[in-house]
Amino acid sequence: MTAELSVELQHAVKVIELVRKLAGRDAEAEVTVRHQALALTRFANSMIHQNVADATTSVRLRMHLDGRTATGSTTVTGVDGLRALVERTIAAARVSPPDAVWPGLAKPAALHISAGHPGSGPDSGLNFGFDEATARATPAERAARVRSFVEAAGGLETAGYCRTVYVSAAFANTAGQAVEGRTAAAAMDGIARVDGADGVARLAAARLDDLDGAVLGARAAAKARAAREPIELPPGQYEVVLEPVAVTDLLQNFAVFGFNGKAYAQKQSFAELGAAQFDPSITLVDEPLGSRDEPAPGLPFDDEGTPAHPLVLVREGVTTAVAHDRASAAEVGAVSTGHASATSRTWGPAPGHLRLEAAPVTGEPLPDDGPVVGSARPLIARMKRGLLITDLWYTRVLDPRTLVITGLTRNGVWLVEDGQVTRPVGNLRFTQSYPQALGPGRVLGVGSESVLLPESWSEIQYSSPALHLASWNITGNASG
Amino acid sequence: MSHFDEAGAAVQAALDAGARYADARVMVRRTEAMTARDGAVEDLSSDESAGLGVRALVGSSWGFYAVPDLSDAAARAAGGRAAEIAAASASVPGPPVELVPGDPVTASWASDCAVDPLAVPLSDKGDLLVRATAAAKEAGADLAQANYSIWDTRKWFVSSEGHRIDQHFRECGGGVTATAIGDGETQRRSLPGQYGTRGWELIDELDLVGNAPRLAEEARALLTAPLCPSGETTLILGGSQLALQIHESVGHAIELDRILGWEAAFAGTSWLDLTRLGSLKYGSPLMNITIDPTFPGALGSFGFDDEGTRAAKRYAVRDGVWVGVLAGRDSAAVAGLDYAGSVRSEGWSRLPMVRMTNVGLEPGPHSLEEIIAATDDGVLMDVNRSWSIDDRRLNFQFGCEIGWEVKNGKRGRMLRNPTYTGIGPKFWASMDMLSSEVVAWGIPNCGKGQPGQVGHTGHPAAPARFTNVRVGVRA
Repeated sequence: MTAELSVELQHAVKVIELVRKLAGRDAEAEVTVRHQALALTRFANSMIHQNVADATTSVRLRMHLDGRTATGSTTVTGVDGLRALVERTIAAARVSPPDAVWPGLAKPAALHISAGHPGSGPDSGLNFGFDEATARATPAERAARVRSFVEAAGGLETAGYCRTVYVSAAFANTAGQAVEGRTAAAAMDGIARVDGADGVARLAAARLDDLDGAVLGARAAAKARAAREPIELPPGQYEVVLEPVAVTDLLQNFAVFGFNGKAYAQKQSFAELGAAQFDPSITLVDEPLGSRDEPAPGLPFDDEGTPAHPLVLVREGVTTAVAHDRASAAEVGAVSTGHASATSRTWGPAPGHLRLEAAPVTGEPLPDDGPVVGSARPLIARMKRGLLITDLWYTRVLDPRTLVITGLTRNGVWLVEDGQVTRPVGNLRFTQSYPQALGPGRVLGVGSESVLLPESWSEIQYSSPALHLASWNITGNASG
Repeated sequence: MSHFDEAGAAVQAALDAGARYADARVMVRRTEAMTARDGAVEDLSSDESAGLGVRALVGSSWGFYAVPDLSDAAARAAGGRAAEIAAASASVPGPPVELVPGDPVTASWASDCAVDPLAVPLSDKGDLLVRATAAAKEAGADLAQANYSIWDTRKWFVSSEGHRIDQHFRECGGGVTATAIGDGETQRRSLPGQYGTRGWELIDELDLVGNAPRLAEEARALLTAPLCPSGETTLILGGSQLALQIHESVGHAIELDRILGWEAAFAGTSWLDLTRLGSLKYGSPLMNITIDPTFPGALGSFGFDDEGTRAAKRYAVRDGVWVGVLAGRDSAAVAGLDYAGSVRSEGWSRLPMVRMTNVGLEPGPHSLEEIIAATDDGVLMDVNRSWSIDDRRLNFQFGCEIGWEVKNGKRGRMLRNPTYTGIGPKFWASMDMLSSEVVAWGIPNCGKGQPGQVGHTGHPAAPARFTNVRVGVRA
């Protein structure tokens, strides 16, 4: 905690004071102030075509007054704007129907910032993590990485983005909790294209300096070149190796639908605490604070002021936890795991920094080989006949309880025979239960390198190794 | 209160910093949303967002910067910053950027609204959602949810070509959902997406409380209904599902930025080839798709798009032939077209980009009952439950909440977990009957762009029949 309050914490304290003044001392209130500077340099057809940045401060107030609850937010942070927010939220609370399930405010609690959280700040005593250079990255620095990506693709058509995000946030409530934190992160995601074939490379990092556009551009190009002239395969059950990029889709759907405390409370999740629902090789951890080796861009507290901390969701195949905010926790007699967000009361709390544990490292890391990323090579070598899948796309839930999902492959699929990549394959549609795919006995191997990967839509990131699975249900191909 | 001065200051600052074109949008938006569950209000939020976004073209490169501060100084700084970002883009340059001509319009526009949705008392709104969920719960739902959302948006647009346009949008919509939880699976029934550029009268027309018991009963009945059979059959789609079919397999495919490869890395491209615009057969002769932001009350309606182009109706598919695209001023120039008008941004902090407006299917000659009566053997499906389509907008698979067997011209027993799959142009070519019962369905959550933007799109559509469709795909 810095000795001098951040601008965000000053705003939060001011709003709490206004609540006490305008609504009385019995009002319960919590305030989150978030300043985000997001910059994204986007390229297509091997040129920068969209180059954007914004710096926005938003203030969110949730108030519980006389048994009724209302939430308000604003980006107008002057004195008048904050006062208008408080007045509007009080007025909304007073005419709202009674809230029978208000879970109360988080009590003051210290943050868990000793694990090397990149947002620890200059006074934390930690000399690693938060990277000022990433927080203050310029358009020219992002453009330079784009240029490297484009050049490394060797004349192939390229598209993608380079992104930097800086967040400084604070939380305060009328119960006395007052915390702040900051974080910075970078990501790069691009494809190379040739003759109708696409290849992809993406990576997230706590430091922009750790993103090498040339390495990523070369990887994307290698995949695209190897994906030309694909064959078409018939639907059926296939043994597969999913590269880390594809595995992030599994983690994302597990996070949103499976380990979501509200979905669990409403019996709409597959999760059963204490049950061996996964193969023993699967251990899944939510790591909002990251570690020295694998920084994460999460803040050290959630939108209810609950300190964030690592949460083991699956340990050696046994489901051990789901993510909770205070409301979902109260519903099942649990405690908040620090996963409240602005939308968690409606959509449920979901883990945002999932890491699937990699297998122990044996030997030196292997370099990429053609279309195969290095960490997937040992898994490929053990496959008699199956598919190597780079990426999954447009996955949607058919049934939330069983987490049956349909979607497509993207950015490169190959047939593997006797441990060797033999032919590129056209994109395929699948319809597959994700928990079943990772069920006991279904995981034939886990890669030994976990890769930090950005989600395409938001600033969330996942850490994924490659996976070798016994079966994946292909239900369609390019012909239908 | 006007914000033309701030937008003008940002534009001027961008020009002063070297831009050869600039435009700026000030947007002030109030939103309100409420959800209820099982007879109690679950969440209520009332939000305000205000800011300015400025776009600058320096040489052949764009830059965009946005701030939540509406002071003159902040506007000027934002204009300069946008030009600075554009200059950085020049380090990875492309062909020259041109804009198709636009009239420097001075205008004011407001959507029609009979009942201001923000003026309806919160207690009334809460009572409505509470009663709807209680009614569903009472009728057997294990989980009953209801919601509404309201957006009240004012925009001030200024360009360096002389545009000065202000617009006021009032949009709202909502629904009720009943979920039945069975042994190992859940079934859901909901009112299909009814969102529009209209006032609270839209919500009143939905009759959330009156529909809730039926939805609960159907959800429970679905738990024990037979599975949708697998195989090829005649498929009848209800209007709301057809709206989503249009959105995914036509609306996104005709976005010119996708066709030009500008979205290749994320949203994807399109199977459409510009050299075949005007000749490519997209579907059956019954297929007439319009791009129509003037459609009254639909969710994609406006007076002017976010580049200042006046709303106008245009055909995208006429008598089954592809004839038009959704375009912006720069993408149209690249493609050699002479029209734009489909550029929109989620809010002041996001870059305007090619988006759907109202992309809909013109009515056919039949009714749903006539279509069912003319079908010997098939399946009727309605209300979307899942949607997935490839990055070229060809290979799709959709799941619906509910299906019915159709035998010998009559609607028969209910079917659970109905799904269908196909390839876009082949599917549309098989449309052989189309109803005249058009409803302006709305989709308030269309995702596109990086950083991600959520768009509001409208889709006038009516029930239709398709032949030889693969149904019943499952794990």
